[in-house]
Amino acid sequence: MKAPLKTMAVSAVAAVALIGGAPAAAEDLRYVLVSHADDADAWWNTIQNGLALGGEQMGVSVEYRNPPTGDLADMARIIEQVTASAPHGLITTLADPDVLSGPISAAVDAGIDVIIINSGTPEQARAVGALMYVGQPEYDAGFAAGQRAADDGITSFLCVNHYIAQPASSERCQGFADGLGVELGNQMIDSGVDPSEVQNRVMAYLNANPETEAVLALGPTSADPTIRALDQMGLAGDIYFGTFDLGGDIVPAIRDGIIQWGIDQQPFLQAYLPVIVLANYHRFGVLPGNNINSGPGFVTADDLDLVAELAGEYR
Amino acid sequence: MSSTGMVDERIKKTSRLRTAFIRPELGAIVGVVAVFLFFAIFAGDSGMFNPQGVLNWSTVSAQFVIIAVGACMLMIAGEFDLSVGSMIGFAGMSIAIMSVTMAWPVWLAILLTFAICMSIGALTGTIVVRTGLPSFIVSLAFLFILRGFTIFFPQVIERRTIIGGISERAEGDWLAPLFGGKVGEGFFRWLAEMDIIATYSRGARAGEPMVSGIPMLIVWALVLVIVAHIVLTRTRFGNWIFASGGDAQAARYVGVPVNRVKIQMFMFTAFCATVFATCQVIEFGSAGADRGLLKEFEAIIAVVIGGALLTGGFGSVIGAALGAIIFGVVQQGLFFAGVESSLFRVFLGVILLFAVILNTYIRRIITGER
Repeated sequence: MKAPLKTMAVSAVAAVALIGGAPAAAEDLRYVLVSHADDADAWWNTIQNGLALGGEQMGVSVEYRNPPTGDLADMARIIEQVTASAPHGLITTLADPDVLSGPISAAVDAGIDVIIINSGTPEQARAVGALMYVGQPEYDAGFAAGQRAADDGITSFLCVNHYIAQPASSERCQGFADGLGVELGNQMIDSGVDPSEVQNRVMAYLNANPETEAVLALGPTSADPTIRALDQMGLAGDIYFGTFDLGGDIVPAIRDGIIQWGIDQQPFLQAYLPVIVLANYHRFGVLPGNNINSGPGFVTADDLDLVAELAGEYR
Repeated sequence: MSSTGMVDERIKKTSRLRTAFIRPELGAIVGVVAVFLFFAIFAGDSGMFNPQGVLNWSTVSAQFVIIAVGACMLMIAGEFDLSVGSMIGFAGMSIAIMSVTMAWPVWLAILLTFAICMSIGALTGTIVVRTGLPSFIVSLAFLFILRGFTIFFPQVIERRTIIGGISERAEGDWLAPLFGGKVGEGFFRWLAEMDIIATYSRGARAGEPMVSGIPMLIVWALVLVIVAHIVLTRTRFGNWIFASGGDAQAARYVGVPVNRVKIQMFMFTAFCATVFATCQVIEFGSAGADRGLLKEFEAIIAVVIGGALLTGGFGSVIGAALGAIIFGVVQQGLFFAGVESSLFRVFLGVILLFAVILNTYIRRIITGER
């Protein structure tokens, strides 16, 4: 808790705030981010770095908390603990509304300003009384991807849905269709998760519908077998191919020109922006009017080197 | 250190000071005092000792106490149960599937789950005593078996690994409040009216006290500690437990039903895990396949901090409860003190090491070994 004093001194933003004489700037603002990730989950390292950078730049103290084993019931206890320690703001995920909405709305009622990030939906965030939601709404991400594809001249596509039971997956496909301005119809297939099954179904669909112009995969589970399917059919690099996430074989495929873009939900922004928003809200009372979409960030062959360099740190 | 060799050790007089020092819970008592002193200094003004803060670490400690009591009794009887954490996940999922998916009444789901889990405990115990295999291995097998089922069933039935909606189902149920309810709500409302405790400043609950009652989880923890302590120290069955863990063969010679005692202790451990799971499921309204991960080690650590011997035959429920309190207070207290969460495990390891070394010295004093 001593570090922020030092950073406050070196932070230009904080200095401006102090000179500005805003009443809340003098006191030490404290924000706590509670995630649902276990200790070993490397993805959240980016979140921690974003949080630390936001705290440093704004001259506020930030803390990161997580349940060591990823147990959501433990996470609820941590949120209750954070509430008892009365920070100015709480940044947290809504991984399971059943478990977390009670403790989170109790925090809101106790006078703590809450921003929901990453998991959950804007509607759920509003229901618990949060200020806003910062994340990647599935439909919006699909829609933005669809618009991008439309700009590239695409009019038909195949959505390879490997997790059709999860409504969020279908929303991605629906959003993509709407972004393109076409009917989804039967352009979404239930591919299953077995790699060879995914591969066969993609090949079957593309054989039956040879005029298909684009393929959208929803993550490495469907993207990796789709790459192999396109490879076998000689379509790799020819057909327009976009995917969610950057894991598995996706990054090499982007480099090779097989995949046009991968969608990154940019976790950095999910931790960084709430700190900026909260600090300005508490100092100057200004608050953006909408939820913030941290993604989709499109990763293409052009910015791949930057992404690779900062992977795990800020990307 | 010991004995003149002339007097029978059973009637030998020991000084009061020595009696006070060879209690198994001594290390834990010292630990509790040290931990509270530490956090009073480093987190005194952080909200840790306001009513919500106290409730927070008490609740977390009570969770540990519930599973530690079971693990302690079992460890004194000379056995281990590594399946506690998986049992918690399994029991919670069982209640969720029965009450939500199958739409059975919540009380029936709870009672059936207790029956199923205690049967599994009995099965573990039976396998251990029949085969003579170390309980470490047998319960390790159940750790995987139960966790596997906890993931498999909801995925097959509901195609997801978190089942919610139990709160709605539990409304008006007669048994659920025994696990998820709160006591003393009137008292806390009165405290809030007297301005002794803080109230919510906004929202639907504005004006209501932030601490609205003592959760049943804490009541369960207290009841389990008291009952287990009395059984262990004041009854013949308690002596049997010590005897079974101390020297099973000698106990058999004097007519102690060692196998039955051990199986019953496995069932009691399962019972405690199910109490934990039921309280959690009713409070949070959902069951997840990852609930209770690593809880078996947390239970064992609490018991060991509390002075019980891993080899059995020595230990105390009060000690285990104090160990659980140390665990809970340290875990939540480090958050209050603003320590990096990642360092929690370091502290845990240090405390465990410290406790075990201290307890080893105490044991040497007791047994006179060098």
